[in-house]
Amino acid sequence: MTALPLLLASCIEGSPLDSLDPQGPAARRIDELGTPVFWIAGVILAIVLGGMTFAMIRYRDRGQADPKQIHGNAKLEVLWTAIPIILLAGLAVPTVQAIFDLTECDADAMEVDVIGHQWWFEYRYPEEGITTANVMVIPAGKQVCLNMTSEDVLHNFWIPKLNGKRYLVPGQQTLLTLEADQPGEYWGQCGEFCGLSHALMRARVRAVGQTDYEAWVARMQQPATLPADGTPAAAGLAEFNGICSTCHVIEGVNQIDKPVGPNLTHFADPYRNVFAGASLDRTAEHIAEWLADPPTIKPGSFMPNLNLTSDEIDVLVAFLQGLDPTKGN
Amino acid sequence: MASTAAPASTIFRRPKQTSGWMSWLTTVDHKKIGIMYGYSAFFFFILGGLEALILRLQLAGPNGTVLDANEYNAMFTMHGTTMIFLFVMPVGAAFFNYMMPLMIGARDVAFPRLNALSFWIFIFGGIFLYSSFLFGTTGPPAGGNLPGGATDASWLGSTINGGWFMYQPNAGPRFSTGTVLDFGAIGLQILGLASLISAVNFIATIFNMRAKGMKLLRMPVFVWMTLVVAFLLLFSLPIIAVALFMVTFDRQLGTLFFDTFQGGDAILWQHLFWLFGHPEVYILILPAMGIVSETLPVFSRKPLFGYPAVVFAGAAIGFLGFGVWAHHMFASGITPVAQAAFGLATMTIAVPTGIKIFNWMGTMWMGKIKFTTPMLFSLGFVALFVIGGLSGVTHSIVPADWQQTDTYYIVAHFHYVLFGGAIFGIFAGLYYWFPKLTGRMLSEKLGKLHFWLMFIGMNLTFGPMHWLGLQGMVRRTWKYPEEYNFGTWNMVVTVGAYTIALSILVFMINWVRSKRKGVESGMDPWDARTIEWSIPNPTPEWNFGVNPEVQALDDWWHRKYDENEEGRPVRKAEADATIAQFHDQGVNPPSPIHLPSPSYFPFLAGAAFLAIGYGVVYHTRGWGLPLLAFGVILLLSSMIGWSLEPLEEDHEEVHA
Repeated sequence: MTALPLLLASCIEGSPLDSLDPQGPAARRIDELGTPVFWIAGVILAIVLGGMTFAMIRYRDRGQADPKQIHGNAKLEVLWTAIPIILLAGLAVPTVQAIFDLTECDADAMEVDVIGHQWWFEYRYPEEGITTANVMVIPAGKQVCLNMTSEDVLHNFWIPKLNGKRYLVPGQQTLLTLEADQPGEYWGQCGEFCGLSHALMRARVRAVGQTDYEAWVARMQQPATLPADGTPAAAGLAEFNGICSTCHVIEGVNQIDKPVGPNLTHFADPYRNVFAGASLDRTAEHIAEWLADPPTIKPGSFMPNLNLTSDEIDVLVAFLQGLDPTKGN
Repeated sequence: MASTAAPASTIFRRPKQTSGWMSWLTTVDHKKIGIMYGYSAFFFFILGGLEALILRLQLAGPNGTVLDANEYNAMFTMHGTTMIFLFVMPVGAAFFNYMMPLMIGARDVAFPRLNALSFWIFIFGGIFLYSSFLFGTTGPPAGGNLPGGATDASWLGSTINGGWFMYQPNAGPRFSTGTVLDFGAIGLQILGLASLISAVNFIATIFNMRAKGMKLLRMPVFVWMTLVVAFLLLFSLPIIAVALFMVTFDRQLGTLFFDTFQGGDAILWQHLFWLFGHPEVYILILPAMGIVSETLPVFSRKPLFGYPAVVFAGAAIGFLGFGVWAHHMFASGITPVAQAAFGLATMTIAVPTGIKIFNWMGTMWMGKIKFTTPMLFSLGFVALFVIGGLSGVTHSIVPADWQQTDTYYIVAHFHYVLFGGAIFGIFAGLYYWFPKLTGRMLSEKLGKLHFWLMFIGMNLTFGPMHWLGLQGMVRRTWKYPEEYNFGTWNMVVTVGAYTIALSILVFMINWVRSKRKGVESGMDPWDARTIEWSIPNPTPEWNFGVNPEVQALDDWWHRKYDENEEGRPVRKAEADATIAQFHDQGVNPPSPIHLPSPSYFPFLAGAAFLAIGYGVVYHTRGWGLPLLAFGVILLLSSMIGWSLEPLEEDHEEVHA
């Protein structure tokens, strides 16, 4: 009997998407509301199953005389109608309060626009003028107000440890708050089935201290770190200009009205440690694999197989990995 | 005095076969239709189950490679669609068809040919839907001038892949090109029509064809639940029909109802879909509630505790079911006022559900409980349904639902309701009423093995899903990485799923063997309470040799038992003679009985929908429109033939 809780604990521990491990005020509020309900449900379950088990043992057919033909009992039936009503009325009050509290942003909240794409999340910081993808960087301990919409189908933004989930609806705006108590990396996942690669539409929120955040903003506002002439990375830049620049923007390199792909300006910023819908770690091997044939990694990917040669891939990897605003060139 | 000459108005002679395959094709007997409904639904249950097993193989460990993304999406879509529209709904129709007329003391349903039409439309709708495996094509998104990566189409992946819920705009023309979503939308439209037709038929039957003395509040609970389900179908199916028309228009004719790029509304679809989809949940579960309300009293040897409360709770559940659709949309960004209102409305459903559960317990309390196989399945139903019901209450706590929705917690919840509830109830009914079909009993030994394997398998499968969901496993994802730590429990879930499959195998063996070699049941093997047991087994073609007259709730029981001064039943001295007399009346009716004649037209009209379906999907191809025209003409001419069909060619009995 002791093995079961241990097994449970071992499995829950280290689940990066664990919704029972709140790390921010919104998720905590939900947890505080939900946990008592689990307990109440557990008690009712125990009563019903216990009662059934008792009845099955106590009143099993042992050849006794046929039972009295009881057709009902008005008092009992009123009782087990009334008790659930009272219980639910009690649950209703804090539920409604929490709904209203959690669907509004604080007046002094910081704003981030979240735009859903098949199959990655784009983040825009309207005040700072920053556009990034896959990893949302936020200051810890500060409420962030997400204004969300979608460029294609329904998506559902969910960082379980920070808050519940909310749709991104094309043609409409939805709102979600995000606040992390502590600096850290919080994992997420698109919750709404959004087509072929729904499983690979993941998200990361990186909460950092205020000074780190400001430093990040400052370096994100710079144009891209361009490679020195003659390096492999410079050849990669030429490659980018030849092929990639129709879909991706790198500030300081090209301009597109409505870029199809993620903004790559600071692709190699240390905080941006994942790519391809946050489904791959940003390592040279993964980037090379990705460039070789994106749709095998992310089925339906709008980035097609560009039939790049391994030389082209190598220089592109060098170029992309050099897009790191913390390093000079 | 039969004359062989056909009346002048006849276009076709009515068929007369009573055996052979043609008799099944043309039958209008509610029992034969019920049996056909049952076997075809079970066939689809096997298909839906195989799909589930493939899904579970894929998810058994991290980064599964059994299926690719498209195949996985196709499999979960077909699993859901099959289990809902091609198994639980039609198997409910099977029970309604076979049992309901017997339980109200009728010789048939109100509109026997309409009943056959409903079945054939269902069959051809199912064939149409599944034919997408052969003919369906998937394609890349067409919108936004995007380059778009094409998807490969293995045969597994060439069927509907947008989810049974077909959320827009993902299932619209911009993001799901190819034909598979057309197969989905039109297939569901056809299947909905089948259910709508039988709903009308059942309502007419229950209101008009009850035996003398069978007042509404003397009807068995199962009949009541049939009535509630029929009304739910009657009111909810038109809504999904409208929504499916909108999707089909969007996809085929270029309307923009759900095209958000041109002013359409993605959330509108969800309102329409769930306005149907939530009552649908009760359409699936209420028949099972009706079944256990029959079995629990019989095997507790007590009347149902609080019969009126159980009936009214069932009706209340049906009624409230229409007021809670937006609880499927708490995360969709609807206003907080709407969320609060629908959260509270959802909580209220717990009240009538609780009444039912406690009344079932009240039925067992102080009873004399016999653990027969149907009783085991009924007890399993109550236990598992309570779990599903309580996890349902946790969704009504709206903020908690923001965490739970779209995760495996929800998958666990509704499988406890629909597998633990609906399917356990269905098996309780199959074991309980098997003698009515065959005059034999299903083996108790194999039945108990089936029950325990299924009960254990069910909990292994769906229990851990609660944890997985709370740990953040999102549904409809074809793989998960190692780091998420979902592997262990998913392996348990997969083992559970295969245990369930094993249990179904045991059931099938039991069914086939018992049909031939099972113990003969006699007329009233369970010493039951309701009048379907007052006729011989297997049920005679005419149901009742003499139209029954009902004097009380549980009329059959009262014919066998008196109550002594303590309130305990005492078997009447003449009980055996009564049973023998009823048996004899059933086998040798005192006067000739006229039954409705078979007809070709329901089959022909049903088949027309296959042509219509393909015609709509392929209307842009050269042969599409001719096929559509052929289907429409076949349908119309069948209807005309139907309306001109004589009552019976050589029938001279005088009708009152």
